[in-house]
Amino acid sequence: MGALLRATWVIALKDVAIEWRTKTAFASGLVFAVLVLAVLFFSRDPTAVAAQDVAPGALWVTFTFAAMLGLNRAFLLEREMHALDGILLTPAPRSAVFFGKFAANLVFVGVIEAVSLPLFVLFYDVPIWLRFGELVLVIAMATVAFVAVGTLLSAMAVRTRYAELLLPLLLLPFLVPPLVGGVQLTARLLEGRPLSDLSGWLKLIGAFDVAFVTLSALLFQVVLDE
Amino acid sequence: MTPQDRAARLARIGIALTVVALLGLGGVYLRAFAFTPVEVNQGAAQKIFYVHVPAAWSALMSISITGLLSILYLWLKDRRIDLAAAASAEVGVAFGAVMLTTGPIWGKPIWGTWWTWDARLTSTLFLFLLFVGYLVLRGVLTDPGLRGRFSAVIGIMGLVLVPFIHLTVYLFRTLHPAPIILKPSAPSLPREMLVTLMLSLGVFTVLYLGFVMQRYALGLLHEFREEELARDAG
Repeated sequence: MGALLRATWVIALKDVAIEWRTKTAFASGLVFAVLVLAVLFFSRDPTAVAAQDVAPGALWVTFTFAAMLGLNRAFLLEREMHALDGILLTPAPRSAVFFGKFAANLVFVGVIEAVSLPLFVLFYDVPIWLRFGELVLVIAMATVAFVAVGTLLSAMAVRTRYAELLLPLLLLPFLVPPLVGGVQLTARLLEGRPLSDLSGWLKLIGAFDVAFVTLSALLFQVVLDE
Repeated sequence: MTPQDRAARLARIGIALTVVALLGLGGVYLRAFAFTPVEVNQGAAQKIFYVHVPAAWSALMSISITGLLSILYLWLKDRRIDLAAAASAEVGVAFGAVMLTTGPIWGKPIWGTWWTWDARLTSTLFLFLLFVGYLVLRGVLTDPGLRGRFSAVIGIMGLVLVPFIHLTVYLFRTLHPAPIILKPSAPSLPREMLVTLMLSLGVFTVLYLGFVMQRYALGLLHEFREEELARDAG
């Protein structure tokens, strides 16, 4: 177990370090998120629908698109010069590769979310502090869900010539439960309703997290298998 | 008999089954229109039920079979299982298209809307799209081993996804007619209608078998040909 954690840590740290030095994917992901937030502001009739009404949807569409943009990056890095073969030659357990990539992707998506959340408040004028702790919990749970599935699917997508096209095609159906749950929970939390009102959605996203983190970690072995 | 001959024979059995099923389908139409009573509230629109429900049944059956074959493939690593899973997925997508077109045609006069984001409609729509993705993924992978493993991963993930999407929309809201056949109490359909539906279900199942056998045999022959070409080139 110690070896697994250590190897996971090393792989995650390596990915974060590469991203930290170049900041290419991060910068483009962030600018993309700001663009989506800004464009979605205009996706309504301002005389009929208040910005606050479309705000939860706009927030989650932004998170999803920004995450998708970043997810391919993790394995595209490894495809160049067959770097993945290098990692597989080390004695690190295969599951450490999954959890390392998963952790690095979580950091990447988490940072983009953390930066776009204040911008979301700025653009849409929504009271996120009413239930701030709960909102962060919901964002964290949904992010775990789509990063877990996204890590597995991007490992497959980058093996084809159509990675940028295939990942959204395969990933979006899996984002329905966390995305819809995220929007519903966010809408109610922004109205200041307590989390106890919403246990159904929380349980759904929680169960999705457990099921798909486990399944993705298991199936990842199959994807790497040579 | 060479493997090629066996595959060709399988294709011929598939064609024969398909012809039988298509004749059966003609019979089902005849029975539905001429010998089954018109539903009192929905009128003639209800007739589409005898195509929509069996198509949905075949679509969901083929996709479940793909999911199960995917598990089996990862376990046994036999390429024929992968080919069968792919054949079933392709046929499932075709039946899914029938289900998703006949549904709105019925929905407009009866519900007053072509489409609604109900639990069943939504989960079948996303399942359909996921399996289109499955076929696209197969199309862009050329290495048979990689193709088999990757598509098996999607097949298994899809199997687990369905209940989650269903629950999601259930929490959202639901409108689709409640089950009238597969429910704990006795089916609440008049006898003539039930017989027509059951006949149609049988016909669609045979149609599924016919299509899958043809597609599977075609997949086998394709592989044999590729091996031949590889041998000639080598």
